[in-house]
Amino acid sequence: MDSFEAIKQTYFQECDELLADLEQNLLMLEAGEGDGDTINAVFRAVHSVKGGAGAFGFEALVAFAHIFETTLDDMRSGKLDPEQDVIKIMLRASDVLVDHLQAAKGQGVVDEERAATMSRELEALVGGGSNEETAPLSGESGGDEWGFKPLMFEVDAPAPAAGLTLVMRPTATMYAKGHDAVLFLRELERIAHAEIELDASALPSLDALDPEASYLTWTVRWPADVDEKAIRDVFDFVGDDCPIELKRDAPAPPHQPAVDVAAMLANIRDAAGPPVVTEEEHEEKVASPAAPGGKIESKSGAAAATIRVDLERVDRMIDLVGELVINQAMLAQRVAESETGRSSSIAMGLDELEQLTREIQDSVMAIRAQPVKSVFQRMPRLVREIAGATGKQVRLVTEGENTEVDKTVIERLSDPITHMLRNAIDHGLETPEERSASGKSPEGVVRLAALHRSGRIVIEVSDDGKGINRPRVREIAVNKGLIQPDANLSDDEIDNLIFLPGFSTASAVSNISGRGVGMDVVKRSIQGLGGRISIASVPGKGSTFTLSLPLTLAVLDGMVISAGEQTLVAPLTAIVETLRPKPQDIRPIGPNAALLAVRGAHVPLIDVGVALGLRDTPIDATAGVVLLVEGEGGARAGVVADEIQGQRQVVIKSLEANYQRVGGIAAATILGDGRVALILDVDAIIASQRDRTEAKPIALAS
Amino acid sequence: MGKTVLTIDDSRMMREMLLMVLQGAGFNVVQAEDGKQGLDALSRTNPDVIITDINMPVMDGYGFIENARMDARYRSTPILVLSTESSPEKKQRARQAGATGWIVKPFQAESLLEVVRRVSA
Repeated sequence: MDSFEAIKQTYFQECDELLADLEQNLLMLEAGEGDGDTINAVFRAVHSVKGGAGAFGFEALVAFAHIFETTLDDMRSGKLDPEQDVIKIMLRASDVLVDHLQAAKGQGVVDEERAATMSRELEALVGGGSNEETAPLSGESGGDEWGFKPLMFEVDAPAPAAGLTLVMRPTATMYAKGHDAVLFLRELERIAHAEIELDASALPSLDALDPEASYLTWTVRWPADVDEKAIRDVFDFVGDDCPIELKRDAPAPPHQPAVDVAAMLANIRDAAGPPVVTEEEHEEKVASPAAPGGKIESKSGAAAATIRVDLERVDRMIDLVGELVINQAMLAQRVAESETGRSSSIAMGLDELEQLTREIQDSVMAIRAQPVKSVFQRMPRLVREIAGATGKQVRLVTEGENTEVDKTVIERLSDPITHMLRNAIDHGLETPEERSASGKSPEGVVRLAALHRSGRIVIEVSDDGKGINRPRVREIAVNKGLIQPDANLSDDEIDNLIFLPGFSTASAVSNISGRGVGMDVVKRSIQGLGGRISIASVPGKGSTFTLSLPLTLAVLDGMVISAGEQTLVAPLTAIVETLRPKPQDIRPIGPNAALLAVRGAHVPLIDVGVALGLRDTPIDATAGVVLLVEGEGGARAGVVADEIQGQRQVVIKSLEANYQRVGGIAAATILGDGRVALILDVDAIIASQRDRTEAKPIALAS
Repeated sequence: MGKTVLTIDDSRMMREMLLMVLQGAGFNVVQAEDGKQGLDALSRTNPDVIITDINMPVMDGYGFIENARMDARYRSTPILVLSTESSPEKKQRARQAGATGWIVKPFQAESLLEVVRRVSA
């Protein structure tokens, strides 16, 4: 990637941040929480997006940002009130700006019609009339390979042309602003060759010289026709600081011979000397800077010390730490096998190493942890769009945006959250009329919250809508053959029927939720991440989707078990308890199936060896151990294994990436002795059993 | 011995772009992200030329120029304003604050260098 491309990437990155802030600040204004600073920040965000866009020649982006900026400028200067309706338009404008940026990135196209409508709406806010400057940066397309566009510089104005005399008398103020008479003379020389004459007659003797005063006057004469405007342009920026007189055809008799610019330079340097502040001026200057300086101190000092690191480097480090964990475990095993006693210095050193390794691993994981904010920030737009499409009034409330979770998890949170929000608004919330009729505020509230709970991240999406229509869900499930008509289900179980494949409650497939993707797909994708999803609903009051995910996808706390010749790892989070069953607790229900009575409840027993095809007949459960596991939606089962080897943290290696997807297996890991162990997909194993029992419902009923 | 340019811009991309252009031309570059940082940077370095943005958080370009000009050491240091804005009022304000020149963004690398070389000569 060349450096120009790299800068472009920086620009896009910066824009993403700016636009996220923009939306955040607009939302604050909408909620009536913003102040002048907020409006300024909003203006600056759009301004910066525009500034960079010009450099890369993103014309459409520049044009739209310019209109947006003009409107914001009015708001900044108090001409436009930041009332709710205005902010709502701006929020939509920020969406369009995002679209433009995406298009600039080459990711998607802008809905021209929508953008045009938006531009008109913004212009209407300014007062309609001022259309004159909608194409902000002159249309001259940038020429060079940089795509940069031409520059305008006030001191610079080359143009050919004649027969003029210019007298310039720089004031002390001009010098004080960093201007240099030589530069102007050079500029003038550049317009056309000129005779330049210095009048140093006002220069006092050295002891009377005020180093800050101005004593010199120049007369510049052009023999041929010169463009008068070009000359005036040279002085445009200094204005009154350097009064000039321009006379046509009025040749003043030269008192002194003309000098060239280089000699002139030497003259001025000698004459003016280094600038020195006089006492009087000094006093007046010290008085004022204290105010702005003092006020700003804290902000600048509080700037967090951060560095930007390439993600690849962090990932590499995580890989290496993973290897370190494996190696450390292997070493520990060797030491254990060498029978050097637990209190030997080697074993004790190894204990310390183990602790350090774990700490390093935690620290590295913390580097990758990011607040869920980046995902949450995208949601207000989505909510606006769905609300617009469904005609419902929605307020989105977010909580726990700073909850941190591993970057890989963050990336995969977006889709499920999107879908859950769609579902909440489309199916959960009622129309404003329905809500008013049932005594609720016409505006529905959807809450999106993130929190940490027992080593997992929990995302909750709740609405204050009508809740799940249980009789209807049940009816659909029966009609679709998902459950038996006489099945005895708890309210909870009925609610969770919506996660069954092929289930859809919307009588007509709306183009919001029904995109051929049901909650079953959401559920499966979450399970793929080692997550769980469930729903709780109160009729008339609303529903809450709860999604829980592991904090990282890189390591897992597991229980190492053996089945047949194989070593397997069961995720600790899925295990409720482990037990050695007594013969009287086991109820056979057929040749190869049995139930286990645990504290009054019956759970199916699944021989993990059989489930994975490692052996044909289940072992006697009383001779092995049973892991009582719980899957999604609370389904429980007893997983029968030969024995438990221990509990340890394992580094997850994707089986799909290195081999292929295998039913019942979530991933693989490398154990201390160097062997590969498979990590169980508990839900798949429970499901495999359910499939079997559902095929023979009679067996269950007996 | 290269001259030192202090660039003040809240946009990371703009800072990087200036850095690339100026460094490529042999200038030393010192960066600041807003007017306040710019003033801090002034006391650490003694730049030959300053290029500043106008719209910045904490302290804007006008504030920076005014404050810089109050310090005797920087009374004559050329300060170029680099801004997307080009209205006469804004320029007038910059001029009153004590700016030396005004460059409109987006800029052309060569032209910018020319201007910087010229004022730092």
